[in-house]
Amino acid sequence: MTRFVLRRLLQSGIVLLGVTLVVFLLLQLVPGDPVRVALGTRFDPETYEALRSRAGLDQPLPVQYASYVGQALTGDLGVSFRSGRPVTAIVLERLPATLSLAITAVVFALLVAFPLGVLSALRSGSVFDHAARVFSQFGVSVPDFWMGIMGILLFAGVLGWFPPSGYVALTEDPVGWASHVFLPAVTVGLVTASILTRFIRSSVLEVLAEDYVRTAEAKGLPTRVVVVRHVLRNALIPVVTVVAVQLASLLGGVIVIEVLFAWPGVGRLTYDAVQARDYPVLQGAILLVAALFLLVNLLVDLLYARLDPRIRVR
Amino acid sequence: MSGNGDSTSRRALVALGRDPLAVTGGVVLALLVVAGLAGSWLAPAGINEVDVDRMLQPPSWAHPFGTDELGRDVFSRVLVAARVSLQVGAVSVGIALLAGVTLGLFAGYYQGWLDNVLMRCMDVLFAFPVLLLAVAIVAVLGPGLSTAMVAIGVVYTPIFARVTRAGVLSVREQVFVRAAVATGASDLRIMRRHVLPNIAAPLIVQTSLSLAFAILSEAALSFLGLGVQPPEPAWGRMLYDGRGFITDAWWLGFFPGAAIFLTVLAFNLVGDALRDVLDPRQLTVSEARRNAG
Repeated sequence: MTRFVLRRLLQSGIVLLGVTLVVFLLLQLVPGDPVRVALGTRFDPETYEALRSRAGLDQPLPVQYASYVGQALTGDLGVSFRSGRPVTAIVLERLPATLSLAITAVVFALLVAFPLGVLSALRSGSVFDHAARVFSQFGVSVPDFWMGIMGILLFAGVLGWFPPSGYVALTEDPVGWASHVFLPAVTVGLVTASILTRFIRSSVLEVLAEDYVRTAEAKGLPTRVVVVRHVLRNALIPVVTVVAVQLASLLGGVIVIEVLFAWPGVGRLTYDAVQARDYPVLQGAILLVAALFLLVNLLVDLLYARLDPRIRVR
Repeated sequence: MSGNGDSTSRRALVALGRDPLAVTGGVVLALLVVAGLAGSWLAPAGINEVDVDRMLQPPSWAHPFGTDELGRDVFSRVLVAARVSLQVGAVSVGIALLAGVTLGLFAGYYQGWLDNVLMRCMDVLFAFPVLLLAVAIVAVLGPGLSTAMVAIGVVYTPIFARVTRAGVLSVREQVFVRAAVATGASDLRIMRRHVLPNIAAPLIVQTSLSLAFAILSEAALSFLGLGVQPPEPAWGRMLYDGRGFITDAWWLGFFPGAAIFLTVLAFNLVGDALRDVLDPRQLTVSEARRNAG
């Protein structure tokens, strides 16, 4: 297990280094001078020189990269071209909103997908199974922002049950937070649920065909015991991975939903940074999301290896 | 090995013809192609024909999908926008296919350090959520259809590289490849004549599924104002432009989104059916989307 952990840590470290290189090179791809582009009509020579020097753009490229990685390791992601505030602080301020949306969406997705996927597999070929498969096909094909628009139309416009957009912090007003998070979380959650339903269904079907399940049935164990003790326990191990990967991708992948619902998370921050050409903030947000994504994947791999020893020897 | 590709195609077509869902998907795609090629002729009104007397009119016989905030016919714009989706799908998936297959082919065939370097590069690209990386690329290169297509092509390259490499690793150990090596055939010839035709099945499946995701990604980029720029119609852009009016004019939000949904659904249905026929062991749509996301 120790060797496996070390190997995965090393792999993740190398990939993270590559991620910093890609994020760093993004700024170099900007046509022209990124500081001049960012300042636009607000250009004045003093601000320009100060921002260039603070961003290290007056240094040779390898020095800039080494300095970028060195500072990133200490949590310094530079300063915003717009506000002059530290990027790390700006990004971290937005993280709770994104986290609360992503976690709520995944919880909602699990509440829908778990019964749907398991029952669909246990009643394979039935009308219920077909309905579940139609639902999951619908979910992977529907654009989440379109579903969000339809949700706003119906639940905010026609019925007036939920606010169409906006955010209230969970710590300030839990009821206000719940009413605001409902529409974006259900929108994201339904797409995630359809993905999880498919995965849970195929995972349960796979385990149902195993010899030990047949043995348990042959022993005369009640169906409920066979399902809970033998089928679900084994079928849900790979599901852990998918749930975590879904959560990780939602941390950075809900940009469109955050924009649509004016949800002030990391996705919305990325969008605002793009609009304002605030490249350090854009870089910081992307780096944080990619690092989180890698971290969650690493933790899942380690957890998975612990749950299923066969993984370690592969 | 040249006969392999023909028999695979025949087998796939026969099996697809027997699958009602695949046939439905195929019909929708055929209609999409017609709309894409002849949309401008079929459209009952000009796509940029502004008429301030007909602003935000609900669906009627004269305007089946209603009119937008500038009085333009939404049906005509939805019809013509099919071309953009087809173009994005073809070009961006073409970029991803070409780059991914080339990288995967070399990585899997030569293995060793080249495989390690190329696959670690793909891992790096995989570490970014698809849309976020596409947004970042468009942000630095500037918004527009061309940069959106390049960005989507880049973010979908790793999945093709992985699928190709996995196929090459199993095929390169086959007897016919060893025989080709023994006859003195060059590496490039072996890859082109013996390896590629035998990994075509998973690549066809991946292409079909990626077309769906590429169209979704373009729609999302256009919805953020980073894809197709006005006055050219694109489904995502139409949703973006109509955002401020949807509570008063539901048709502005409904029809362009429904067009995206039907197109993506059609590609997914055909992709799933192709997978069942050609490569049942390959990923499901959901798994592919998870990997891509």
